[in-house]
Amino acid sequence: MKKDFNIILAGVGGQGIITLTRILAETALIEKKDVKTSELHGLSQRGGSVETHIRFGREIYSPLIRQGGADLIISLETQEALKALHYSSKKETMFLVNDFIKPIFGTKNTLPSKQIQKELEKFSKEVVFVPASKIVKEKLGKEVLAGVFLLGYAAFKKLIPLKPNSFLKAIEKVVPKRYFQLNKKTFTLANPTNYE
Amino acid sequence: MEKVLSKKVGEKVILLGNEAIVRGALESGVQFVSTYPGTPASEIGNTFYKISNLKSQISNLNLYFEFSTNEKVALEAGAGASFSGQRTLVAMKHFGLNVASDFLITLVYSGVRTGMVIVVADDPGCSSSAQSEQDSRAYSYLAHIPTLTPATPQECKDFTKFAFELSEKFKIPVMVRETTRVALQSGIVKLGKIVQGRRKGKFVKDPHQFVTMPPRVLEMKKELLEKIRKIKNEVSEKSPTNYESKRITNKKIGIVTSGVSYLYTMEALKEFNLNLPVLKLGFFYPLPEKKIKKFIKSIKKVLIVEELEPYIEREVKRFAKDANPKLQIFGKNLLPEIGELRPEIVLRAIAKITNRKLKIENSIKIKNLKLKIPRRTPQLCPGCPYWLVFSGIKTALKKMKLSEKDVVFGGEIGCYMLAGLSPHNIQDYLFCMGSDMGIAHGIKKATFNKQKLIAFVGDSSFFHAGIPALINAVHNKSNPLVIIMDNQTTAMTGHQPHPGIEKTGMGEASPKIKIEDIVRACGVKNLKVIDQGNQKEFVKTVKEFLQNKTVSVIIARRPCIFVK
Repeated sequence: MKKDFNIILAGVGGQGIITLTRILAETALIEKKDVKTSELHGLSQRGGSVETHIRFGREIYSPLIRQGGADLIISLETQEALKALHYSSKKETMFLVNDFIKPIFGTKNTLPSKQIQKELEKFSKEVVFVPASKIVKEKLGKEVLAGVFLLGYAAFKKLIPLKPNSFLKAIEKVVPKRYFQLNKKTFTLANPTNYE
Repeated sequence: MEKVLSKKVGEKVILLGNEAIVRGALESGVQFVSTYPGTPASEIGNTFYKISNLKSQISNLNLYFEFSTNEKVALEAGAGASFSGQRTLVAMKHFGLNVASDFLITLVYSGVRTGMVIVVADDPGCSSSAQSEQDSRAYSYLAHIPTLTPATPQECKDFTKFAFELSEKFKIPVMVRETTRVALQSGIVKLGKIVQGRRKGKFVKDPHQFVTMPPRVLEMKKELLEKIRKIKNEVSEKSPTNYESKRITNKKIGIVTSGVSYLYTMEALKEFNLNLPVLKLGFFYPLPEKKIKKFIKSIKKVLIVEELEPYIEREVKRFAKDANPKLQIFGKNLLPEIGELRPEIVLRAIAKITNRKLKIENSIKIKNLKLKIPRRTPQLCPGCPYWLVFSGIKTALKKMKLSEKDVVFGGEIGCYMLAGLSPHNIQDYLFCMGSDMGIAHGIKKATFNKQKLIAFVGDSSFFHAGIPALINAVHNKSNPLVIIMDNQTTAMTGHQPHPGIEKTGMGEASPKIKIEDIVRACGVKNLKVIDQGNQKEFVKTVKEFLQNKTVSVIIARRPCIFVK
């Protein structure tokens, strides 16, 4: 691996971002990498914007990714991706965005996905929109699995330099037993050979 | 949880800073733990709560855990346990230390018998704190309490263990001060052995040590300052918690830093491929003066990287006067005193003192982006009982032909401070826990009871610090309408129990303390307990109580949707 790998997870409270953060960290540990994450708790996370940082590599100091320092930004909600632009750079950053809008309380119009995509493209290397919420709702009946689906997508497409098998081991470690099979199914469903 | 309790010595696991503190305490044979919940310290109590509810574990560990009514009581209880010979950990957020400070300052005078560690979590940037951005290191000076500042989860564990040893050796409580990005940082921690606490508690009388009265109290102060001098010379100066990251000679520029700022510093040096000497301070108080003097002697420029107040910077300036008067000292002239530090802020400061170019692409363009998404403010959960209180009040005012402008709304700390946000917008002041009714009384007095006032206070807040203020309003005769938002839990910090619930931190049944009994005992004559689901009665009562000449209390009792 050339250097540290930096991932931002963005979304809205209740989308399971803390669990995804744990899964990513455990996956990195399974592959014997140094790893740090940063998250926030408390009232401001209740239905508000959520952003966590995951960094892994040979030796990681800072739990926070610096401005313009993300390799991958996974946004579980389309509008929230814009808020993560702070961490994006033209040279390095890839956006993986759930094509899913959660309306913001007190605003009438949501921003159109196409317009958001255009803005993201201006400041990043590549932008991929995946209708993860729609897919998991149709195939598995639960929208909250969108995050695990996106992780699977990123893993199988090699957007994250960690092996899908390590992810599965980490999911087994992090997710409560009774939900493991469902999460495993979601993760493997994201393998493009199954889904494209 | 399983990771925190893992018996595999030497295993590497990922823990949050707060979980690592719990592990450190378990590896130190802690037997008594008390806390009042508050983010970013909550996971310490929550983890002990989970452990204490595992019957299989608790007998093995000989551990007692409680959620105390407030931080001062938590600290007092912890001190009692330490006076009786058990290792003790007390955890709180920064504001909690303000509440506990009256007792803290005296406790450091008397000292303790067995290891006592006080964990305090500051919140630079106020990501989960409403009331201020205080730097609790000020208490290190005020109370003369030895203070350690870890940077990583591994250090959280190691420093906690070290703090117990230090505390026990010098019979003095020791503070471990975290910040949000330490407490809620996860990283790899190498586990040690969990030690079963085996000490039987016994309070051995020693009034000489535990009764503070003049003239003895001044002797105690002398003993305390002597302890601090010893800790400075015998421990801080030699401690591996204060270390120079790399021994590099003939460098002109050096960096002094501590806590999470150290991590941003190292990351910046890595990015610039710079090899500068860095002095990382694990001890904040007492600082290793000789070590710092030695460090600054051989350099021309020093940058002090610390969050919030420039405490270390001031000390370095003082030390430089005789160690290196020509030293150029940088710190808060390059770094902000407001908000948390971030990697790019430290990068910029280091670029500046080393004359390096730093280009962060697109940053201005991104800042000026036309496509703005509005702030996604936190919301009361769908189905939250507080919706019904706020809407009921609005209905009542309408029926009374009163505008919201005609009524003063007092807020306090809890989920109900969302009253201040849209769509509610009924919060005219917000300060600390317990302050709401106190302020309400003053407003009522100053306005000769002419302005109508509704003060919200949560159930846990009421127990925490509300009761004296309610008594004051009754005794000194004012007439606010107090609404106790009784959702039967400490909701905002993660649903911890409180005295109004029949369950303790150990998961045992306990007598429920009824808020209405307390309110009545405080002399309140106008009292109603209502489930606000019954909007008709709630609205009617608000209308009626707003006309009362004496203090009125409505206990709006309906459980949080997460309470089973």
